Amino acid sequence: MTYFLQNVINALQWGSFYALIALGYSMVYSIMMLFNFAHGDIFMTGAYIGLGIATGLLAIVSSGVIALPGWLILVLTIIISMFITSLLGVLVERIGYRPLRNAPRASAAITGLMIGIILETGNLALLGAKRFSFPPLIMTKAYNISGVFVTNKKILVVLVSLTLMLALDLFVRKTKWGMAMRAMSYDFVVVPLMGVSIDVIAPMTFAIGSGLAAAGGVLYGVAYPVLDPYMGILIGWKAFVAAILGGRGSIMGAALAGFLLGFIEIFVTMIFPSTLRDLIAFSIVLVILTFRPHGFFGKPYSAKLRL
Amino acid sequence: MPLLQVKNMTHFFTGLRAVHNYNLEINPGEIRGLIGPNGAGKTTIFNLLTGVLRPTEGEITLEGTDIIGLRPHQIAARGIGRTFQNMKLWRHMTVLEHVKMAHYSQLSYGLTGAFFGTKKRVRQENEIEEHAHTLLALMDADQFADQKVLNLPYGVQRRVEMARALATRPKILFLDEPTVGMTPEELVGMMNVFRKIHNELGLAIFLIEHRMKVVMEFCQRVQTLVFGEVIAEGTPDEIQNDPRVIEAYLGKEEVA
Repeated sequence: MTYFLQNVINALQWGSFYALIALGYSMVYSIMMLFNFAHGDIFMTGAYIGLGIATGLLAIVSSGVIALPGWLILVLTIIISMFITSLLGVLVERIGYRPLRNAPRASAAITGLMIGIILETGNLALLGAKRFSFPPLIMTKAYNISGVFVTNKKILVVLVSLTLMLALDLFVRKTKWGMAMRAMSYDFVVVPLMGVSIDVIAPMTFAIGSGLAAAGGVLYGVAYPVLDPYMGILIGWKAFVAAILGGRGSIMGAALAGFLLGFIEIFVTMIFPSTLRDLIAFSIVLVILTFRPHGFFGKPYSAKLRL
Repeated sequence: MPLLQVKNMTHFFTGLRAVHNYNLEINPGEIRGLIGPNGAGKTTIFNLLTGVLRPTEGEITLEGTDIIGLRPHQIAARGIGRTFQNMKLWRHMTVLEHVKMAHYSQLSYGLTGAFFGTKKRVRQENEIEEHAHTLLALMDADQFADQKVLNLPYGVQRRVEMARALATRPKILFLDEPTVGMTPEELVGMMNVFRKIHNELGLAIFLIEHRMKVVMEFCQRVQTLVFGEVIAEGTPDEIQNDPRVIEAYLGKEEVA
């Protein structure tokens, strides 16, 4: 039983990363009808930006200008890197996708792949082919709750992720932009005629998705403190699978499917050798999609009207 | 000064001439009809005037200002409201959300307002919610405010769409076949809605309509469009008796 609970905790943490990244895929898809295949690399860039911010803040603190506790540095790192990575997302939309808004979707998909490669190789060119370790901003504390070990970092990852998802949910349901995003997931023609500019909504969607990915990236750095330029590829693909599994364009679905994927992976390794993890986990996903081709919350719809 | 004026508008779809030398003048409070067989270019004219398409040639002015080249959301904010032939409601959103959404350009709160619920935001949100309920009541649809539109009967959906278009606070309302596919009872309801929009809100209306009964009752002037060209223009009576119109259009369709 404790073994089981232990793995639930691990799965929640692991699923948080997938969920945070999957949300970005899903939001962008629902507005633009395209999967932003650079998204995994935006997660990686977010982690590196976080590394830069954290290192910078630590340098400021150690120079004695101002004293900040480690947790505050972490909070600032998360917020600042979310903000900077949002700007990156806006840039990606502006340079990469806006000129292709009416182009065939395949061209836009290739754009995403190219932007991803540019981010990876740009990182290599800038920082060289080496790994960086994320500075330990907070000391790991382990709590033993009747045999189940919980670390403060795991709690942090899960709590920050859930808070961000809640905030996103409120944003989408309660603000004018959120409502416009939901309406725009049905069509491109009517929503502008109701006074909404797609040139505001589209970059905003990219900004939110990228910001969430950056939060995921920093949390990832806290939990698994080694960063390399290709860290976003596999996790990005898996989060993409989660976005599909949740139902294309469904925010709730993407979050839940992210956690589900985390659970499947962790529980597969409970029973099987970890080398079989992805093989078995994705076979399960394949079976789920056979029975629910639109994912959990996907609405079967034909191509969105565009002009 | 006419509210909306179009001069010599022509539009080509990659070589195909969809609209040719089109002229229009709509004055405040006036109801204009546009009839014509399927494929004549009626909806294309709506798309050209609302900024969805950009005309190849011609002039369009709204209250004396040139609106060619403006984006659809800018034209909407300047006072053209529109409904669609196939409605295009956002199926899983509620009726109230539809109407609130269409107030978008009237909400000026910024990101601070969104995240911290400033007074301005609360006030604006309350105002548009109240206005949304007023419009829904006018359309006799307020009792459905919290329902998802996909669960509603067709006639109600049409009225919701009308409320959504009115929520943009238009000076002129473009209606694209608003009574298509309606049962006789639904038609009566829709005609009441037209009377309300005209009498209580005093809006100008530009109406694409196939039912002559509706055109006869409401429109002050009617244009007949065939293959992108206006072949006749006049009062409903003149149009109904014009031999060219009868040949092109009325001759093939029962006068309902």
